[in-house]
Amino acid sequence: MSEHAESNIGKVRVGRRAFIGLAALGAAGIAFGADAQRLFANKLGSIGSLLPGGDHFRIYTITGTLPYISRRGYRLKVSGLVDHPATFSLAQLEAMPSYSMVKDFQCVTGWRVPGVHWKGVQLSHLLSNAGVQPSAGAVSFDSYDGLDTESLTIPQAHLADVIVAYEMLGGPVTREHGGPVRLVVPQMYGYKSLKWLSGIRLVENVEPGYWELNGYPVNGWLDGSTGATNPNPNLT
Amino acid sequence: MTSDTAIRTPSVRVLLRFDGVQRTAHWVNAGLFLTLMFTAIPLYYGSFFGVVFPRHDIQMIHLWCGLALPVPILVSLAGPWGRRMRADVRRVSYWTRNEIEWLRTLGRTPIKADKFNPGQKANAIFTAAAIAVLFVSGYILQWFRFFPVSWRAGATFSHDIFALAVFIAVAGHVVLAVTHPQSLKSMFTGKISERWAARRASTWLAEDPETTDH
Repeated sequence: MSEHAESNIGKVRVGRRAFIGLAALGAAGIAFGADAQRLFANKLGSIGSLLPGGDHFRIYTITGTLPYISRRGYRLKVSGLVDHPATFSLAQLEAMPSYSMVKDFQCVTGWRVPGVHWKGVQLSHLLSNAGVQPSAGAVSFDSYDGLDTESLTIPQAHLADVIVAYEMLGGPVTREHGGPVRLVVPQMYGYKSLKWLSGIRLVENVEPGYWELNGYPVNGWLDGSTGATNPNPNLT
Repeated sequence: MTSDTAIRTPSVRVLLRFDGVQRTAHWVNAGLFLTLMFTAIPLYYGSFFGVVFPRHDIQMIHLWCGLALPVPILVSLAGPWGRRMRADVRRVSYWTRNEIEWLRTLGRTPIKADKFNPGQKANAIFTAAAIAVLFVSGYILQWFRFFPVSWRAGATFSHDIFALAVFIAVAGHVVLAVTHPQSLKSMFTGKISERWAARRASTWLAEDPETTDH
């Protein structure tokens, strides 16, 4: 050891300093990166989304492929404990009273896209048209991918900003984003916003969906931590 | 080696630049980095590829390579086999004023080069720090449930930024390697000629470094 110390007289221990400095930068990014990202997005607008670390959607699929559903061939089936089961085409959905909103999209794994514009039909509208029977306690959702399922309680399903969306960011919902029609539940993590929506079933009790069966909370509220607590105590 | 041997046959002596442990660590590390980079592209730009790629498999490859990433360096540093590796880490860490000046002026200051020039030292330090940051942020991304959502978003941010820096650093590293065939060859054989050292690493040569068989 002494020989090394001797030969290093008059030298600067750059390595240790630079290593700690870079590691501190990385740690600062973990601690404050979310704020920095928000700043980028506000300052740079759409350019911010092209930068690494900037906001952009990461496309997850369960099956490894993206289902293709033509706009003409698309059908949404409303069934289960309802007075009037029905099947809607995309044109029929578009003819219903529309609801637009701008909401942040937050994935449970961390990435976040601020200010996403959505347009569609309120789920509550579809439910009241269908006539929910008193025995129904929850809504289950099916996807064209054949695997993904989701669920909401009846009160959750009646939140004004829970919509069946056919427009996103000013255009049709694209295939990779779950088009032509997907569910959007902006008060919950992204996995609750089921893509390629094929069916709405009224059921007696909450059926945990695909991601919930894989360990995610059934109530996926965005609450700043793990989704374990419910910020809307009256909406269990 | 006595100094008069060196004087008599200066170009014949072959110096040991990297021992077997160091070379193995380097190439395992390189393999892991390349695999991580190749799998990172579809994971990041998934929406551009759109269709048919086995995302889950790619994710698993990325995860396991990421978990293994610190292993070659840590193993090569530990134990009696890591003596030369540890010595080189010290070499990379300690800089003379001259070296700092060289890097600050981007190579325009004349330099008495060590075994590694300041650019190589900077690359090694950056790589070590990047491994630490990518490992920790990647861990948060994978086992996100134990961390607040702002940390997860921040980990995404750090992971992306450092990954971009790694792409740039690795690209530069590979370009410099293929344009310096003697150096590149020494990462395969461990050997470098004394003539090379006289030109490129005079300070190191003056320390009378270990020689090796031809």
